[in-house]
Amino acid sequence: MLLLDKNTFEEEVLNAEGYVLVDYYSDSCEPCKALMPDVEALAEKYEGQVKFCKLNTTKARRLAISQRVMGLPAILLYKDGEKVDECTKDDATKENIQSMVEKVL
Amino acid sequence: MSKVYDVAIIGAGPAGLSSGLYAARSKMDVIILEKAGTGGQIATTDEVANYPGAQAEATGPSLVARMVEQCKEFGAEIAQKEVQSVNFENEMKELSLADGTVLKAKTVIIATGAHPRKLGVPGEEKLTGKGISYCATCDADFFTDMEVYCIGGGDTAVEEAIYLTKFASKVTVVHRRDELRAAKSIQDKAFANDKIDFIWNAVVKEVNGDGIVEQLVLENKNTGEEQVIDAPEDFGTFGIFVFIGYIPNTELFTDKLVLENGYIPTDADMKTNIPGVFAAGDVRVKSLRQVVTATADGAIAAVQAEHYISNKF
Repeated sequence: MLLLDKNTFEEEVLNAEGYVLVDYYSDSCEPCKALMPDVEALAEKYEGQVKFCKLNTTKARRLAISQRVMGLPAILLYKDGEKVDECTKDDATKENIQSMVEKVL
Repeated sequence: MSKVYDVAIIGAGPAGLSSGLYAARSKMDVIILEKAGTGGQIATTDEVANYPGAQAEATGPSLVARMVEQCKEFGAEIAQKEVQSVNFENEMKELSLADGTVLKAKTVIIATGAHPRKLGVPGEEKLTGKGISYCATCDADFFTDMEVYCIGGGDTAVEEAIYLTKFASKVTVVHRRDELRAAKSIQDKAFANDKIDFIWNAVVKEVNGDGIVEQLVLENKNTGEEQVIDAPEDFGTFGIFVFIGYIPNTELFTDKLVLENGYIPTDADMKTNIPGVFAAGDVRVKSLRQVVTATADGAIAAVQAEHYISNKF
């Protein structure tokens, strides 16, 4: 998975063509840590079809809020730089993320 | 023939981990099944001040990490697997997992815990993760220098309000009664904190906003009067943290066990109405739901499971 920061986000997500998935997490978010291995597994599964990225919001709070992310975990799916779908909080499960991706492929 | 476990534990919070530790230590074949991350609710708690032996720096995650390590050292298996249904009708208990396998065990310890109750008001679902939160450690830092409303008046609500003052510019506790239910020591801390304000006798009526929380509407329980709180202009939003109690995670056990208001009643030995099935922790009918009572339950359940097996098998 590609590790983003506030400097690379625009280029890798907003200016990117095709599908990009961003896993928003933070240092103090335990549910995020529990979910991360599942997202990494999905990243392998969909390699070449969807670009999987992660962003630590602890160091990019304003950026996260600009994307309307104010609660973690949050998994957002973008197409050509526009948000098309998301799974947040209790809905952020491996199954839901997978079906969100399957729906657009 | 597929493997038969001595003890299958559902849930890896403090109750489940404690049962796992005790059961594995007495050389039983143990598996702990957890659908999400280990630790349960305590994993998202910042400060654990009242667990004997836990020092000031003890956090939920650090405590859980030590419990998990201890559990594994004694040989308990912890699997990230979701239980989808249970069959307690035969002597050999069966758990059907989300991956399609069926796990067999001589005894089952239910330690599924509880989850936060929601407000049940218009706007809540749409704005969860967009300013409405049930997890302060997950989301507090988004609200650095912003205003935050904390709904509830129990221990959790007031403790989390105090925690949120480390981030927010101001925290307002909204409570349905005219006095807090939280322990006196916690109340004293809150009343002494300059950043904490209170709105009494009020409940949330709705939450509004276009993609992000912009307005909170409260109703005074005594007068019926509405109070509309709009987001200040500088940030255009504020936080709403909800801590109004818990709902037991017992959906799996409807019609399989006797339940009382959703919770599982047991005797002092953690026995449910089904022989070989035990319950431990927050999921039980009990008067105090804390880590210390959860781990105690877990230990008792594991020892009773061992007795049951040596008598029966």
